[in-house]
Amino acid sequence: MSPQEFVARHEVQWTRLENLLGRLIKESRNKKTPSATEDSSIVTELPADQSQPHFSEFPGLYRQACHHLALARDRHYPAGVVERLNQLVLSGHQVFYAAHAGLWTNMVRFIAADFPALVRQHVRFFWLAALLLYVPILVMGIAVYLVPEMAYTLISPGDAVEMEAMYRPTVEHIGRVRGSDSDVLMFGHYIRNNIGIGFQTFAGGIMFGLGSVFYLVFNGLYMGTIAGHLTQFGYTDTFYSFVVGHGAFELNAIVLSGMAGLKLGWALLAPGQRTRQQALLHAAGISVRIMYGVVVMLLIAAFIEAFWSSSTLVPAYIKYIVGGVFWCLVAFYFTAMGKQRAD
Amino acid sequence: MLDTRRAIEVPEGVTLDVRIAGLVVRFFAWNIDFLIRGAIYMVLAMSLPNLMGRFGLGIFLIAIFMLEWFYPVLFEVFNRGATPGKRVMGIAVVQDNGVPVGWSASVTRNLLRFADFLPVFYGFGIASMLINRDFKRLGDLAAGTIVVYRSAPDKGSELHADLPLESPLPPLYPLTLEQQRAVIAFAERASMLTPERTLELANIAAPLTQATNDTAVKRLFAIANWLVGRR
Repeated sequence: MSPQEFVARHEVQWTRLENLLGRLIKESRNKKTPSATEDSSIVTELPADQSQPHFSEFPGLYRQACHHLALARDRHYPAGVVERLNQLVLSGHQVFYAAHAGLWTNMVRFIAADFPALVRQHVRFFWLAALLLYVPILVMGIAVYLVPEMAYTLISPGDAVEMEAMYRPTVEHIGRVRGSDSDVLMFGHYIRNNIGIGFQTFAGGIMFGLGSVFYLVFNGLYMGTIAGHLTQFGYTDTFYSFVVGHGAFELNAIVLSGMAGLKLGWALLAPGQRTRQQALLHAAGISVRIMYGVVVMLLIAAFIEAFWSSSTLVPAYIKYIVGGVFWCLVAFYFTAMGKQRAD
Repeated sequence: MLDTRRAIEVPEGVTLDVRIAGLVVRFFAWNIDFLIRGAIYMVLAMSLPNLMGRFGLGIFLIAIFMLEWFYPVLFEVFNRGATPGKRVMGIAVVQDNGVPVGWSASVTRNLLRFADFLPVFYGFGIASMLINRDFKRLGDLAAGTIVVYRSAPDKGSELHADLPLESPLPPLYPLTLEQQRAVIAFAERASMLTPERTLELANIAAPLTQATNDTAVKRLFAIANWLVGRR
């Protein structure tokens, strides 16, 4: 068959497919699923206008075009013909394999079961990240408590004074400079700041894990400095009652982002049976799902921090109790949830 | 090979050709997005805090956070792999196997944008793109995505608009697809080459044209015209 004959014979089908693709793309942009709305009409009546292709023809026409592309290539037809078919199949492939997964159902199942199971499955990286965060906190905290001048290695004297002002027992809203902000403002601030730190800690992992290690240790040293400084100042009640509540979510979320980053780094350092590229792809698939969970936890943390932790109406001992409950909840969530899914 | 075409195998058993988008076009796309984000940012900065005070400022901070991290993700997932900037430049993100980019891949490549940005202005990202044959930045490596050119499905006849017209001539012997492409690409790009270089290239194809110099160039144009289907 000559190329001209080939084109002449199938031209009609290709234009039908082109027409259909144009409409399908437009439909998907209008957020309607064509198959669902059109399915009923297939059975009851055929479209009145026969020249206008029906959505139900799409799979058939697409496969036909694939077949024609393979033929055209194998027979060394002119590049123009191959080019056109390639373009047609490329667009068809995009539409045909577009993901239509139910986002919300997946999300609920992920939070209820998959996330804790995933963390347990890679728990070694969790403990490693936890060590990298908590050891610097402890070391720096104790050091600053014993030698107060140590604080100024990381924070400037001006920052230190501001910290003291934020946690003075007589303050109106704990954790903020007096009277400067509303709860919603601080909520926005915590979201931008804390989730940003989580994302950085994760992303740094692609540099063979070094970035994650850096952010974990650095944040650990910073938190340790502040804790040590305020403890040494005697503002223990305001400070610890402030951090205990949201800390359950925030500290663990930072550890989890570090875990996700270390997982990436480890895939590059020790790819095992895979190539480094494949190992990275595989690890990223796991890490990004951990990060979904991290985002949720940091949102919860920001909410608690803005609307609960800073309140001075609630006595400190109640905050300790509630904080304790939060820590138990988080511990229970990661140790007990999603057991039936664990493999 | 310097060619940016890559073959992707699809479940239907055929291979598809895609053209990978390089550094420059992606840089332009990024710039357009940067301007759009800047504009949104300014509008929000001027309206929200003024209208709603501290409450508005809080919302503003959340909006910045979303713009910083999720602007590309939302567009890539809901707009067939293209942010507005990519769309203007005619490129889009797809997964390595050619299917549209999903949530996980898009989130991965855009969170890792932070690492690509280091140490200054996409230093690691640019280095990675120049080393990798598919122009992948670090985020693309981890997410398993590529950025490709996307032309409209109904372009058909205009596909070779810049081909110089010459009465079509069939080649002396059947050409493989790669050879056909080389001839067409030569004809299309001849206007951008110096005359000396054009002759030099045309002379390489002597077995096909059975001629040299100007005649060879003309013959190649004629064959190219025949190859794209003008008969």
